[in-house]
Amino acid sequence: MITAVQTAPEVFDQTFLLIRAKILEIAASLDRMDRAKEVDAVRSDPRFAQILQGLDVLLSNSDHRAAQIQEIFSDQYDPTWMKKYLTTGERPELSPSVPH
Amino acid sequence: MYYIDPHIHMVSRVTDDYERIARMGCVAVSEPAFWAGFDRGSVDGFRDYFKQLTEFEPKRAGWSGIQHYTWLCINAKEAENVDLSREVIKMIPEFINNPGVLGIGEIGLNKNTKNESIIFQEHVQLAMELDELILIHTPHLQDKLKGTRMIIDMLMSDRRVRPERVLIDHVEEHTVGLAKEEGFWCAMTLYPITKCTPSRAADIIEAYGDDRIMVNSAGDWGPSNPIAVPDFIQELRKRGHLESKIKKIVYDNPLEFFRQCKRFEFTPPDTLANEVSVASSIPK
Repeated sequence: MITAVQTAPEVFDQTFLLIRAKILEIAASLDRMDRAKEVDAVRSDPRFAQILQGLDVLLSNSDHRAAQIQEIFSDQYDPTWMKKYLTTGERPELSPSVPH
Repeated sequence: MYYIDPHIHMVSRVTDDYERIARMGCVAVSEPAFWAGFDRGSVDGFRDYFKQLTEFEPKRAGWSGIQHYTWLCINAKEAENVDLSREVIKMIPEFINNPGVLGIGEIGLNKNTKNESIIFQEHVQLAMELDELILIHTPHLQDKLKGTRMIIDMLMSDRRVRPERVLIDHVEEHTVGLAKEEGFWCAMTLYPITKCTPSRAADIIEAYGDDRIMVNSAGDWGPSNPIAVPDFIQELRKRGHLESKIKKIVYDNPLEFFRQCKRFEFTPPDTLANEVSVASSIPK
């Protein structure tokens, strides 16, 4: 880890308007969907649930919010995947040594 | 500040972009083989592409005084065609010893499929047989975390793989720790919307340190910014970080990784004017 050079108030001063603008952009996007037809279809879309989960993370006091939000928007990892992909009879044989 | 862009697809950029990045301080680029935006139909299509990467692009970069390096492979997006992929992998040794070739890359996963995994392993097999460095593409968006874990699973299951000779690219907040904890080099790609921004990359540096990490623009045929690395430099400067720290990430680290390649030759910029006559190499 490299110690951040700036103080928290300095970071806040530099990013306040940026954060404000991004929150407004989210609010306006949600308003736009509400004004449009078939808004219920969006509310039942699993991606919309991910958005709401992400907003919950923003409101939390936990560390590493960016990483947590990345994980919300990530596919599930199956630790047994290699057995399924690479050791069953379904896969093509690996090539023999490449000539060189 | 002099810098190196360790991942930029210059075949997709105009010659003016070489000139622009040179003016911003870029002294060297490394260009991985990648997807052309469409699936190529034959091994000869790749042969022509590899000739472009190893013969013409170094010349074009040289017109702006930039040293050009490259990596060879068939991209994960085209790995679903297993037969063609195997033909391309067999053809790579024809080019691997050309000057400027740094190793095998960018190999990896795209949609995390079985065929992609098989072709990834066969590229790793080639790299181990030829004792080459490896540059790895990790998937984007929702596929990234799963794909990065799968890639690390495959690498760690092969005892011949030395993590310090592998660079895992496109890491973000949720994958940088996975790569660094296992001893791999990693890189952050500064790319609008779908990857990392300069400010988030700076945050990751502050959180995870400046060892075994670098940044790149990936400038390609999509909406990308070939001068993204200078944007990152400026972000760190605005935060008050030392010039020496910044230089380590954008210049020293790429050199340290590349120097593991037995063919790597680099002329430091302070001596470049004496070594290369830029004007004389421009076509009339």
